Amino acid sequence: MSDAPVIAVERLSKAYAGGFEALKEISLEIRHGEIFALLGPNGAGKTTLISVICGLVNATSGRVLVDGHDNVREFRAARERIGLVPQELTNEAFTTVWDTVSFSRGLFGKGKDPAHIEKVLRSLSLWDKRHNRLITLSGGMKRRVLIAKALAHEPEILFLDEPTAGVDVELRRDMWEVVRQLRDSGVTIILTTHYIEEAEEMADRIGVIRRGELVLVEEKQALMRKLGSKELTLHLREPLETVPGSLARHELALAEEGHALVYTYDANVPGEDQAGIAELLADLEAAGIGFKDLHTRQSSLEEIFVSLVKETA
Amino acid sequence: MNLQSVKTLYQAEMARSLRTVLQSIVSPVISTSLYFVVFGAAIGTRISEVNGVSYGAFIVPGLIMLMLLTQSVSNASFGIFFPRFSGSIYEILSAPISYWEIVIGYVGAAATKSIILGLIVLVTARLFVPYSIEHPLMMVLFLLLTAVTFSLLGFIIGIWADGFEKLQLVPLLVITPLTFLGGTFYSIDMLPPFWQAVTLVNPVVYLVSGFRWSFYGISDVSPVVSLGMILLFLTVALVVVERIFRTGYRLRP
Repeated sequence: MSDAPVIAVERLSKAYAGGFEALKEISLEIRHGEIFALLGPNGAGKTTLISVICGLVNATSGRVLVDGHDNVREFRAARERIGLVPQELTNEAFTTVWDTVSFSRGLFGKGKDPAHIEKVLRSLSLWDKRHNRLITLSGGMKRRVLIAKALAHEPEILFLDEPTAGVDVELRRDMWEVVRQLRDSGVTIILTTHYIEEAEEMADRIGVIRRGELVLVEEKQALMRKLGSKELTLHLREPLETVPGSLARHELALAEEGHALVYTYDANVPGEDQAGIAELLADLEAAGIGFKDLHTRQSSLEEIFVSLVKETA
Repeated sequence: MNLQSVKTLYQAEMARSLRTVLQSIVSPVISTSLYFVVFGAAIGTRISEVNGVSYGAFIVPGLIMLMLLTQSVSNASFGIFFPRFSGSIYEILSAPISYWEIVIGYVGAAATKSIILGLIVLVTARLFVPYSIEHPLMMVLFLLLTAVTFSLLGFIIGIWADGFEKLQLVPLLVITPLTFLGGTFYSIDMLPPFWQAVTLVNPVVYLVSGFRWSFYGISDVSPVVSLGMILLFLTVALVVVERIFRTGYRLRP
């Protein structure tokens, strides 16, 4: 394992034949062994980005390096390292689980290894279904089969495009567990989702994509700190034109045309901030500003996400 | 060359045919038998000989070609169309496998299957008429080249088609008429001079003529011309496939 990124996306753009710009100069580095979540609304470019990296779609400009290998000029070296679980449930309906997973391994150039296929099937609770034809499986089972197919050639990198779309809660938990186990075994995982909960639950880092642009890439912990910020809103008896100078150190904001004061603080560092509120209230009294009501609220990752996605919309 | 991947694709395609083994093998046997009953026994008894060969024996190479062309096109077109239609093509495109390796897998399997069917027709025909093969090596060469060329054509159709209708269109509207008008059941010098000239535009004439020559040493056009034409069709098909790959047409947007 080196410190070099396992995937380096460099100024990648994609314009489809109709002129639609699905990706606009995206640059992104994926680190070895991390779980990276790509968040974005439908049509933001998540699947296009994955498709370019995996070789399903040709880029218009820019390049992708997979473990240092250009994914076009050295496509064999690049692609053999990658496993892809697509969003749509697609498969050959009349083959058996065992055959289709074995097919995937061979297709990626690896010799037969029944022990590995067995391990993969068991880890995904598919072992009992190995002789079933795919058409007889439920939607959740089919998705597991797609994951098994992607893992059949022992990839170092696994792409999961909306792994839990249309999957019930229980199965979603199972899926997360599977992803964690994979990460523990050293596989780098990139997943796309539009469930914030999923990104929060799984990811080490989160990237937000909107209209083909990567608007944010951050450690989940950093985002969680934003999640931890709280707002105290004080509804005033008398409206204010400006925030008095004696309150400047609290970095207050006026809202509702001067009828409210908003104080933002970090709830994750309790001691300090509770003191901050006490001091704020003392300073307000000293300044003779009365309030008739107050409430606090916590901004969620969901809100951060929505505001990011809606910006300049 | 990624042999393991090519082998896997080829075997999967062959296995797909084996799952439908009944329709794959029984139906050509039945249709060939019907042709012999109708053209060989019923009509053929009223036609004495064509160029010194009994009519029953005369149509054997034509029937094999008919089978070879239609099966090559339909196998190869369906083979590549189906994963495009179902979406499972994603896996093939994301695999460490080149375009030409994909072609070898799909076209190889389609050609193999149609050659097997051609041989089944050959064996079935034996039940109805005696025939001889004067140039067995040339017969095998014609069989191979035709199967590969028309499997490539099928591959192209399977990539071009964006629905089941288009998939059926070319075989129904082009391949079948050309085959029937290509000297399968007659020698083109049985036609009036004008239609003889028109027929020479039909590529199938060269295939049937060359193939028949390898059986009985008789032909409508020189076997060298036939061979040249097949190689020309093969080259055209390869160039078209190469163009498709270079532009990513319908496969990699």
